[in-house]
Amino acid sequence: MGRFLVRRLLATLPVLAIVAVLVFAMLRLTPGDPAAVLAGDAATTEQIARIRSGLGLDRSIAEQFVIWAGRMLTGDLGESFYYKTKVTELIGQRLEPTLSLAALTITIAVVVAVPLGVLAAWRFGGWLDRGLMAFSVLGFSIPIFVLAYLLIWAVSLQLGWLPVQGYRRLADGIGPWFRHLLLPSITLSVIYIALIARVTRASVLETLGEDYIRTARAKGLREGRVLVRHALANAAVPIATVIGIGIALLIGGVVVTESVYAIPGLGRLTADAVLARDFPTIQGVILLFSFAYVLINLLVDVSYVFLDPRIRY
Amino acid sequence: MTIDATTADPVSRSRQKAGAEGAAHSAGALADAPPIVGQPGAWSRVRRNLSVRIGGFFLLLLVAIAFAAPWLGTVDPSLFDPASRDLLPGREGEITTLDGETLKHRFWMGSDSFGRDIYSRVVYGTQVSLVVGIATAAVALAIGIVLGLVAGYLRRVDGILMRVMDGVMAIPAILIAIALVAMWRGSLLTVVVAIAIPEIPRVTRLVRSLVLSIREEPYVEAAISLGTPTVKIMLRHVLPNTVAPLVVQGTFICGAGILTEAILSFLGVGLPPDIPTWGNVMAEGRAQFNQYPHNIFFPGVFLALTVLAVNILGDGLRDTLDPKMARRT
Repeated sequence: MGRFLVRRLLATLPVLAIVAVLVFAMLRLTPGDPAAVLAGDAATTEQIARIRSGLGLDRSIAEQFVIWAGRMLTGDLGESFYYKTKVTELIGQRLEPTLSLAALTITIAVVVAVPLGVLAAWRFGGWLDRGLMAFSVLGFSIPIFVLAYLLIWAVSLQLGWLPVQGYRRLADGIGPWFRHLLLPSITLSVIYIALIARVTRASVLETLGEDYIRTARAKGLREGRVLVRHALANAAVPIATVIGIGIALLIGGVVVTESVYAIPGLGRLTADAVLARDFPTIQGVILLFSFAYVLINLLVDVSYVFLDPRIRY
Repeated sequence: MTIDATTADPVSRSRQKAGAEGAAHSAGALADAPPIVGQPGAWSRVRRNLSVRIGGFFLLLLVAIAFAAPWLGTVDPSLFDPASRDLLPGREGEITTLDGETLKHRFWMGSDSFGRDIYSRVVYGTQVSLVVGIATAAVALAIGIVLGLVAGYLRRVDGILMRVMDGVMAIPAILIAIALVAMWRGSLLTVVVAIAIPEIPRVTRLVRSLVLSIREEPYVEAAISLGTPTVKIMLRHVLPNTVAPLVVQGTFICGAGILTEAILSFLGVGLPPDIPTWGNVMAEGRAQFNQYPHNIFFPGVFLALTVLAVNILGDGLRDTLDPKMARRT
């Protein structure tokens, strides 16, 4: 198991390296003079020249990449143009709200979507099944910020049940923290629920047609036990996979959700950095999000061993 | 399959065309596309699909709205009038034309904080959204097809190219689009390209896998043994077989493109604010959402319904054109 982990970890290194090259290329190899773009419209020639030498843009592309990659490897993401602090420090400050939001969203999504998917497959073609399929098409189509404003309008403005916007730190008490996060998490979880429920349904539908399900029923097991221990347990691998892949949707959603709900997290930082054209920060956040995405999917791969004893490495 | 083949005869086709459904017409146009080998009667199956009809009908309606925008009781979407600021939906107000003429105008969807007519901006926004969606799908498909054919045929570049594609797919799509637009500044072209780039790997993978399986077919082997040039084999034998799955993929990319454009505009990094897009109208309405939710509500409903129509159409196309893919999901 240990050796397998190391091997899988090593296998993701090339992907991470390619991501780093792409992010570097995306922000450096664009048409026009990056220094002029970075300096903004009102910059003088000297300012542009200073930025150019400061970023090492007067060197060759290969040299630039080596220097940049060396800094990245030592954990130096550079300094933000806009906030004038280290990008790593900025990210550290913004980590808690985003992790909280993501954790609550994933919890809500899994708790809602998996049972719904199982029940829909169990009563295939029934009203719950059709409702779920309709919901999942709708969930993929409704823009996350439209949903966010609908929920704010209904739950916060009309009913007054939850705060409209903002974030409270976990250290200030779990109650306020939860109340501020609930609506954003529900918003963000809708598309995730649509995705997970759909795959759960399809996967369970397939296992329900297997012979061992008939055997389990024939020997008189209760239906609940058949569904959970036999159908769901054997359908777990695709569900775990889609939860991992869905993290990409979640990251995109975090940028929008945090902007609408004024949550000072990494998503909001991304949106603000883009508006301020703060390239070191954009670069750092994209690298962080992408690495997190790759590593989470690595964990999902590893989890197959526990979900399906037939899989051995 | 054999049952489908009989329904593809000219008689039933003309009967289908006689029906007034818009979806039937759009599918009828597609029927002129190269025949799909191994799928007799595919397009007639498409025409009868309920999802295709519903999604296609709504899309045609939106296309009609986009074309007829000037005649739908709209004013120039960039016109504003300080006297008509923040009107609630349905109120009468006035609007000043570019010639300085002041007109009476009913603001069916209210007005924004500049006194612009939300209804006109939403109707004209239909044009932008449809153009962005279709252009995004076209760009992603064009580049993805070329890369997929190259990867599937030239073993030497395959490894490197697919690793790069893995890398692109490891970066969440919206972040790529945001970063590129921030670098290039928003214009119709840059927004379309920025949204299309993260979609390319999926198309490339699809085309590559199709090429790898099709090139093993006996008729391709026959063509190779007859000395047909590689380029001709690709265009004549391989490409036509990729049409059906690519139409499905393109439809979903179109829907995702419309959504992403709205998100970019909403975050303030998409098309310039003076262009009436649904995302821009909503971005404009953000600050005053508490008092005037209509600025976000109306464009939001249009956006959601449009993407819904595209996705329903895509589901229907997938079920009828690409049964293998339908079984996978």
